[in-house]
Amino acid sequence: MTALLERKWGVTDIGLEEGVSRLDPSKITKVINQVLNGEGIARLKTYVDTCIHCGLCSTACHHYLSNDCDPTFAPVAKIKNTLWEMIKNKGRVSPAFIKQAAEIAYTECNLCKRCSMYCPFGIDMAWMLSLVRRICHLCGVVPQYLQDTANSHAVTMNQMWVKQDEWIDTLQWQEEEAQSEIPSLRIPLDKEGADVMYSVIGPEPKFRAQLIYSAAVLMTVAGVNWTMPSFDGWDNSDMAMYSGDWEVMGRVKKAHFEAAMKLKVKKIVMGECGHAFRSVYDVGNRWLGWKMHPIPIVHAIQFYYELLKDGKIKIVRKIKEPVTLHDPCNVMRGRGLMEHARYVVKAMCEDFREMEPNREYNYCCCAGGGVINCGPPWKKKRVDSNKIKAEQLAATGAKIVITPCHNCHSGIEDIINYYKLGIHNVFIIDLLMQCIEIPEELKA
Amino acid sequence: MYEFVRGPLLWISFIVFIGGSLFRLLYMAMLAKKKDHTVYTYMSLKYGLRSILHWIIPFGSINMRQRPAFTIFSFAFHICLLFTPIFLLAHNVLWYESWGISWWTIPDWLADIMTVVVIIAGVFFFLRRRLRPEVRYVTSASDYALLIIAVAPFITGFLAYHQWLPYKAMLILHILAGEIMLMVIPFTRLDHMFFFWFTRAYMGSEFGAVRHVKDW
Repeated sequence: MTALLERKWGVTDIGLEEGVSRLDPSKITKVINQVLNGEGIARLKTYVDTCIHCGLCSTACHHYLSNDCDPTFAPVAKIKNTLWEMIKNKGRVSPAFIKQAAEIAYTECNLCKRCSMYCPFGIDMAWMLSLVRRICHLCGVVPQYLQDTANSHAVTMNQMWVKQDEWIDTLQWQEEEAQSEIPSLRIPLDKEGADVMYSVIGPEPKFRAQLIYSAAVLMTVAGVNWTMPSFDGWDNSDMAMYSGDWEVMGRVKKAHFEAAMKLKVKKIVMGECGHAFRSVYDVGNRWLGWKMHPIPIVHAIQFYYELLKDGKIKIVRKIKEPVTLHDPCNVMRGRGLMEHARYVVKAMCEDFREMEPNREYNYCCCAGGGVINCGPPWKKKRVDSNKIKAEQLAATGAKIVITPCHNCHSGIEDIINYYKLGIHNVFIIDLLMQCIEIPEELKA
Repeated sequence: MYEFVRGPLLWISFIVFIGGSLFRLLYMAMLAKKKDHTVYTYMSLKYGLRSILHWIIPFGSINMRQRPAFTIFSFAFHICLLFTPIFLLAHNVLWYESWGISWWTIPDWLADIMTVVVIIAGVFFFLRRRLRPEVRYVTSASDYALLIIAVAPFITGFLAYHQWLPYKAMLILHILAGEIMLMVIPFTRLDHMFFFWFTRAYMGSEFGAVRHVKDW
């Protein structure tokens, strides 16, 4: 077996340490063989047999570029140091190896799939590393903070241990706040037969409640017949998808889809979150046996685009400062909303500047894919591993960056602070609140 | 010796190459049917072909444009490696003598150049494996072996044609090298000549039909 890697950050994570201390080699072998011979085996075999070890994927990866082109951060190197060894040794690897595999799969890959666009064979390395995460999860070796969010999903069906009364209370609090601006505003709970069920991620009521206020204002101004569920299923996020706990992922997604069906809405509109979109559009639905989502689902970016295009909202003020846009992988490379986002952003901003590269080629935020959810122990590694993003942001000369995804948003916030970029970080809806017309008859 | 490599071993290598390749493809298709139905569910003809088209045209993808030297060497290598043996006059003569079939041929001077191109590109790949840290890190002995197996028929063929070394021995080595290459294709990473089309088409389908974006 090849020597284990030495990383300069030397992070200790209790989730990995204690998980590994409970492992014995026979359990590892059993888990690896179970996963690698299970669903996906044809793709896995083909990918491993086809990869010609050319290294062309390396420059696609922000971890590789940000760590001075250290070859051990190239996507193919991450596969080599995890799956190749597991396959070569028929699952007989040491607990220390599993710990290293966990560090690679959970903290050195954001599953952004940029490398798949750079591989001549289109090998899905992100998917392969999600299989490694599955193995680590089944071995019980998961970073502590990430595991905690997965536990929260399992117990409360939301990511942040929010209890039902707290959820309802938060919505009513934001409703009351927003009524100071628009007295007739409501956040309609459990309204059967509404056109739209609006869903958010757990962290919104937990520490970004302002976004719920903004969404309520937008819905009211646009005259949308909408509702939010008061019961489990309101949270569209899914960290279990990233920890490798796909059973819990399935439960969470099912609760979300069923909430919409129970309310008999025409579609789900979800807030500005990327991974949640991936979980309903690409991953969770497949686990549940749906080729695509079983009910129409519209991401916030597309929703804003439609409202603007249909004249339901009007832009009356424009942002004068230079603005740039970060393209989140899960809604751009994952759903192709690049031009929708630009339509909305350009309508609001006088001085819009593209990042280079942009659209589906954009560099990852290094926070998504569950990496930021691995928590404080890994923060330094995470921001160091996205120096390229800091350079990309600084080169635009923008004063405001729009990051329409929660994980990207938090990650870019950290990058702005760490590299002292002095850029203001916003969601699209933050700018919409500054730019749209609130009709006189609605005003207080 | 010549009779053996020109006779029975040739048959064996064709059977192993064709039979082995068919077996590998069918085995994988059935394995996917049984345990990986995702592949069939999301495979799309339109987007699969769209992706393949972008990746078989030189400079058709962003990565190819960012690496012009690699792109030129890689395309030159693959084109010459595939077409030289098929359209070489001497090979056509052999087919005509054996089975009475022949097709278009390329002039010997062109074949000579194409052979040299394969060898030079082989040297480029070898140096790249030695010198580029990210490639070297994932390179094992088998990668060098595969490169030698792929280039050996061209080196020996070139030497035999120009008769710089004993002709008969070189000719036998050339035939042997070609047969070894054919026989290992289905069972090594050289099988990317078949699987390329499927992995590319699958990712093209996922990116095109589900994600609505380019994958090149």
